[in-house]
Amino acid sequence: MMRALLAFVLLAGLAAAVAPPAGAVQPDEILTDPALEARARAIGKDLRCVVCRNQSIDDSNAGIARDMRIILRERLLAGDSDEEAVAFLVDRYGSFILLDPPVTPATWLLWGGPALLLLAAVFGFSRLWPRRTADVAEPALDAADRARAGALLDGDPRP
Amino acid sequence: MNAEIGQFALILALMIAVAQAVIPQAGAWRRDRTLMAFADHAAVAQLLFVGLAFGLLVHAFAVSDFSILVVASNSSAAMPAGFRMSATWGNHEGSLLLWILILSLFGAAVAVLGRTLPARLRARTLAVQGLIAAAFLALTIFTSNPFARLHPAPAEGTELNPLLQDIGLIVHPPFLYLGYVGFSIVFSFAVAALIEGRVDAAWARMVRPWVLLAWIFLTIGITLGSYWAYYELGWGGWWFWDPVENASFMPWLAGTALLHSAIVVERRQTLIAWTILLAILTFSLSLVGTFLVRSGVITSVHAFASDPARGIGVLLILGAFTGGALLLFALRAAGFDRSATFRPVSREGGLILNNILLVTATATVFLGTFYPLAVEMLGPDRISVGPPYYNRSFVPLMIPLLLAVSIGPVLRWKRDSLRAALGRLRWVAAGCVLLALALVLALGSGALGTALGLGLAAWLVFGALAIWAVRAQPFVLPWRRTAGLTRSMPAGTWGMICAHAGLGLLVAGITAVTAWEDEAIVSLSVGQSAEAGGYAFTLTAVDVLRRDNYESEVATFAVARDGVPVTTMTAERRFFPQTERVTTEAAIAPRVLGNLYVSVGGPSGAGAWAVRIYSHPLVLLIWFGPALMAFGGLLSLADRRFRIGLLAARPGLRAARA
Repeated sequence: MMRALLAFVLLAGLAAAVAPPAGAVQPDEILTDPALEARARAIGKDLRCVVCRNQSIDDSNAGIARDMRIILRERLLAGDSDEEAVAFLVDRYGSFILLDPPVTPATWLLWGGPALLLLAAVFGFSRLWPRRTADVAEPALDAADRARAGALLDGDPRP
Repeated sequence: MNAEIGQFALILALMIAVAQAVIPQAGAWRRDRTLMAFADHAAVAQLLFVGLAFGLLVHAFAVSDFSILVVASNSSAAMPAGFRMSATWGNHEGSLLLWILILSLFGAAVAVLGRTLPARLRARTLAVQGLIAAAFLALTIFTSNPFARLHPAPAEGTELNPLLQDIGLIVHPPFLYLGYVGFSIVFSFAVAALIEGRVDAAWARMVRPWVLLAWIFLTIGITLGSYWAYYELGWGGWWFWDPVENASFMPWLAGTALLHSAIVVERRQTLIAWTILLAILTFSLSLVGTFLVRSGVITSVHAFASDPARGIGVLLILGAFTGGALLLFALRAAGFDRSATFRPVSREGGLILNNILLVTATATVFLGTFYPLAVEMLGPDRISVGPPYYNRSFVPLMIPLLLAVSIGPVLRWKRDSLRAALGRLRWVAAGCVLLALALVLALGSGALGTALGLGLAAWLVFGALAIWAVRAQPFVLPWRRTAGLTRSMPAGTWGMICAHAGLGLLVAGITAVTAWEDEAIVSLSVGQSAEAGGYAFTLTAVDVLRRDNYESEVATFAVARDGVPVTTMTAERRFFPQTERVTTEAAIAPRVLGNLYVSVGGPSGAGAWAVRIYSHPLVLLIWFGPALMAFGGLLSLADRRFRIGLLAARPGLRAARA
C-alpha cells in the first residue's frame, strides 16, 4: 500500500512537472451536455492547434490546444452558434487555424485545381483518338500472313 | 578507427558511383562491351562499400560508441539492444545512409538479376542509377556525415526520442525506403530508354517487375506506418493527411497508376510517352518526400531557412534529376506513340481512366501539401489545409475510381460496350445496390454515407471475385471445366483479384470505423468503470514498474460484455527520465476484425487517471486490406510472364528470334 502510494505521489509529481498531458481531449474538459460536447468535438476536429504540425486541437496534446478547446466550449456554453464560436477563435488566433480553408481569391487554385487537372487529363487522353480516324482500320492480313497464322494454329512450329 | 573506415568507404563509394555514371554511358555510346560491363562490377562494388559503411554505423550504435556524434546524440547505453540498432536510422544522417544503401541495393540487383536485359539498356540504366547514388553520397559526405567524431566522447549518449523506441521504427522505415527508393530503378530504366530513344513492349515487360516490387514495399511501408501511429499515438487515429504521410502517399498513387499504364504499353504500344513520364514523376515524388521530411520545410518555410544546407542539397538533386529527365523527355518522347488501336470503352480504356483519376488524385494531395507553403512564401497570409479539404477533393475522385475498379477487369481488350460489361457484373451490381438499400432502411437516412461506403466495398470485393467468375464460368460450364480454367488462370490474375479485393476491405474498414467508432473519455479511479461500444471497462489496478530506461505505469482493465468477462487489457504510460518524455502504449484487444482500444493519460484528480476507451469495429480491415493488396502484388511478381529476364532465358524464343 505504502509503495503504491509513494509511486503514485512520485508519478503524479513528475507528470505535473514535466509531462504534457497525454492524449488530446481530457475528461475534465468534457461538457455535461452530450449534444453540446458532440458539437465541440466536431468543431475541434476542423481547427488547427497553432503550435502543432497540422494537428487539430481535438488530437493535440499541446497546452495551447487545451486552451483553445476550453475557450471553444465556453463559447458554446454561452450560447454561440458553431459559426460564432469558430469566428471567435479565428479573431483570436487568425484564419490560419481553419483546417478547412475558406474559399478566397488566395485559395481559388487550391479548390479549383483538382477539377482543372481532371479536365486537362481527360482532354489530354482524348487526343489518343483523333476524330478523323475514329474507326481505326485493323491492319489487313495478306495471303502469306494467313497461311502462316493457319500453320501456327495447326501446331506446326516452323511454317 | 571504425568511423574512419566507414567514412573512407563512403568516399570510395562516391568515386565508384561517379565512374559508374560515366564509363558505361560512354560504353553504350561507343558500343564497347567492356566499358558497358564495367557497370555491373561498379554497381556491386558500390553496394559493398555502402554496405560496409552502413554496417559499421550499425555496429557503432550496437556497441554505443559515443565518440561518434550521431551515436551520442541519438542513442544511450541504457536502451535495449534492438532499439539501439534501429536508432541507426532514427536520425537524419543514418536514415540518409539507409536511403543510399537501398539505392545501391537496387542497382546491384539489376546488375545481378538483370543479366538477360539488353546489354546497352542495362549499362545505361546502371549509369543513371550511379548518377543518383553519386548525388546522394555527395550530399551525405558534404552535409550530413554520419561518422563525424565528437571529442571528448561523453560517457553516456542522449537517448532516442522515446516515441521511436518501438518495433515500428525497426520495420517501418526500411520498408518505406525500399518502396521510395525502389522507384529509382524504374526512373533509371525510363531515362535509359529515353537516351536509347527506343521503348517497346519488351521494355514495359522488363520494367514491370521492378515497379511491382517497389509498389509492394511502399504498400507495406505505409501500412506499417499507419498501424504504428494507431497504437503509439494513443488516440486511435490511423491516417492524418499529415505532410509526411502525404509524402509517402503521393509516390504510392503515382506508382499505382504506373503499374497500370505499363500494361497498356505492353499490350498496345501506346501510352509509352505517358508511362515514361509517370516513371519520372513517381521517383520525383519520392524525392519530394525525402525533401519534405529532411528539410524541415513542413513546419514552416522559415524553419527551412534556418538550416538550409541539407534541404537545399536535396532540392538541388530533386531539381536536377526531375528537370534533366523532363528535358530529355521533351526532346525524345515525341515519336514514341502510335494513336490508339482500341476504342475508349475497352480494357485499355479502363486502364486509362484509372490513370486519369489516380494522377488527378496525386495532384490533389500535392496541392493540399504544398499550397500552404506557397501561400506563406508569397504573402503575409498563412493558411492550413487539413482533412476537410481532402474529404471534399480527394474522396470525390475516389468514388468513380472505385466504381471503375470492378468494371475494368471484365472489359474486353480493344473494344467492348459498357452495357455488356455491366451485364457480366449484373449479380454483383444487384447485390451491392440491395445491400446499400438494406443498410439505409436499417440504419435510417442519416447513414447514407455509410451505406454508400459499404456498398462500394462490397462492389470491390465481389467485383474482384467476378474476375474469376467471368473467366472460369461457374454454373455455366460443367464444373470440371471451371476447375480446369481456374487452375490455368495466371498468377497475375490472382494477384489482381487479391489487390482489388484488398482495396474493398480497406474501404469497408474506413467506412465502418468512421461510422461506428465509439469512445469514452473519462476519469477513472481503481474500481470504477466506463462503457464504450457495448463493453464495460473496469480499472482494476495500476502498477508501477521499472524497466531498462523508463518507468511504466501499467493500468489493468477488466473488460466485460453484459456482465460476462471478456478479457483483460493493460495499457501503459511510460516515463523516460533521461529525455523527460512520456509515451503511451495503448492496450489493444482484437474482437472479430475490430479492436477494443484503451490508453491512459496522466493522473486526473486525486487517485484517478484520464482514460480513453474506444471501440473500433472492423478497424483491422484498414491494415488487412492493404496487406492483401501487397500479397496480390507478390502473386503477380511470381507470374512466369513477368519473371525478370524470362524473355531471353527461354531457349525457344531465343531461337525464334535468331
